[in-house]
Amino acid sequence: MPSDLPVDHNPRHQLITTEAGNSCLQLTGSYTLVSLNPSLPAVARELAQLASQPGLYWDLTNIHQLDYAGAVMLWQIWGEQRPDHLLLRPEQEQMFQRLEKVVSLPEPTQRKWFLPVSLLGQQLLRFFDHLAGMISLSGQIVLDIVYLMTHPSRIPVREISANLYRTGAQALGITAIVGFLIGIVLSYLSSEQLHMLGADIYIVNILGMSIIRELGPMLAAILVAGRSGSAMTAQLGVMRVTEELDALTVMGIPHSLRLVLSKIIGLSLALPLIVLWTSSVALLGGLLAADLQVGLSIRYAVTTLPDAVPIANLWLGLGKGVVCGMAIALIACHFGLRIKPNTESLGEGTTNSVVTSITAVIIIDAIFAVAFSSIGIRVAG
Amino acid sequence: MTTAEPVIEIAGLTTRFGQNVIHENIDLTVFKGEVLALVGGSGSGKTTLLRQMLGLITPAQGSVKVLGAARYDCGHEEERKLRTRSGVLFQQGALFSALTVFNNIALPMRELRTLRETMIRDLVMLKLGMVGVEAQHAHKMPSELSGGMIKRVALARALALDPELLFLDEPTAGLDPALSESFVELIRSLREELALTIVMVTHDLDTLVAISDRVAVLADRSIVALGPIPDIIANGRHPFIKDFFGGARGRNALRIFQQL
Repeated sequence: MPSDLPVDHNPRHQLITTEAGNSCLQLTGSYTLVSLNPSLPAVARELAQLASQPGLYWDLTNIHQLDYAGAVMLWQIWGEQRPDHLLLRPEQEQMFQRLEKVVSLPEPTQRKWFLPVSLLGQQLLRFFDHLAGMISLSGQIVLDIVYLMTHPSRIPVREISANLYRTGAQALGITAIVGFLIGIVLSYLSSEQLHMLGADIYIVNILGMSIIRELGPMLAAILVAGRSGSAMTAQLGVMRVTEELDALTVMGIPHSLRLVLSKIIGLSLALPLIVLWTSSVALLGGLLAADLQVGLSIRYAVTTLPDAVPIANLWLGLGKGVVCGMAIALIACHFGLRIKPNTESLGEGTTNSVVTSITAVIIIDAIFAVAFSSIGIRVAG
Repeated sequence: MTTAEPVIEIAGLTTRFGQNVIHENIDLTVFKGEVLALVGGSGSGKTTLLRQMLGLITPAQGSVKVLGAARYDCGHEEERKLRTRSGVLFQQGALFSALTVFNNIALPMRELRTLRETMIRDLVMLKLGMVGVEAQHAHKMPSELSGGMIKRVALARALALDPELLFLDEPTAGLDPALSESFVELIRSLREELALTIVMVTHDLDTLVAISDRVAVLADRSIVALGPIPDIIANGRHPFIKDFFGGARGRNALRIFQQL
């Protein structure tokens, strides 16, 4: 290729008439992706118009530079075959020989998932698949626990402690902020209503019951599901992608015990503590707001709290924390272990994990509400 | 082989990571049409230098000019043009795992927004044919491919926009000898056909001997030798050069070289 020529790199063409009286289309300039890039559709259109002339000679020998993008453009203008009269340089000849050999893209294999029925069926199957996976994972965990009972020295204490720190200690800040604000909001709304009825002192009952029994555990569990559940799924997923899980298996370190069980135990210890923390901060926020809003003294509120809220509610809240913690960790690990080694699967797995664990938390709450409806609630009269 | 036209000009380049000085005052020029190999021990900063040419890392001092444009402060438009004129083969392929083979190669073409889909289809199949990947693999995901296949598809993607400049980071790492030989052969034939300028980082002597015109040896924070392999062996006094070319593997590879 003549590389020392200066430089009119723009693709040009001119129609000339040869001595023999044939019309000949001479292409000059560069027909490369860089030179064609902005004007490609226009150039292609112009050439295509000219190409419709019968018996046209194509002269490519004066092209300064031709690359495959230019060659393919011409090739398509010619209708994927050589025109009858074509003048080429040897290296261009080679390019068009290659183009002649190009195989067309095979049709993708038939995808049936457009059909709504099979879509529904697949979703159902996937659901059962997840359910089965979850059950077998919990079974494995139970076996691991039995094993640890007989071999207490094998308990992964360091991992449990690390999980306790990551999911518990590091979550204190965010749960405190959210709990405090929710407490304030709740207090403002209800104290105003109670004030109208002259029942100001019942704010303690409302705040105490709702926060200790319901809101504290739910807020903590949902925050932790979003925060720690996603982290667990992503961690296991990346370990799958980088083959770290396989490395553990090869070393004879069962990942159900080291990774999954330690997370489940860690979170089932950490979440009740977080629940306790969130509830107290939310109560504090609520009582502070009540003090400011209707002048209910905090000292009075704290002394009446034990009478207003039976202690069973606290145990119920902590119990929810334990169960939700186990469920969140189990779901997160289940989705984490199923991640396939590609980026899309990682994102999808993490999303599914968080959505499923938040749903599970709410389902667990509903079950608790129904099962323990007669406990810890004083029925009037 | 080398004409006077420089493609990459590096002047006075110094790289520091914290207190750690990687390169000190490096000058290097790559000419149009040549294959320049960067060699050096682990941690000598070969890949760092390559990444600086790609504009992924900014050096502490010095300038890098690629295809006449300053790598670090050219305008947006210039930068985009530069990107279409150079292709990169990453060590692990760096294929997008969420896209099929076809879409991986089509991605840079679609990004231009001027090519029609029919043209893209032909171009992708052409590139796949060039690197010797059969059409039936076009709809596969990268996770379904073997290591050698990933390299080939990654090379096809690097060539997607008909670049004049190609960067190869360890092109044969992780391939078995037969595969690596055929891959080197492929690079060599493509280089002839497409008139490429190639900058590559490699550890592999066979690759080095087979395709490089000039070798730059990186050691002790600078380039200790630069030139064709025979010159380097004849004149190189740095201990790394002696170890690298003088070891048993080195002698083997060079014997083949002498037979060529």
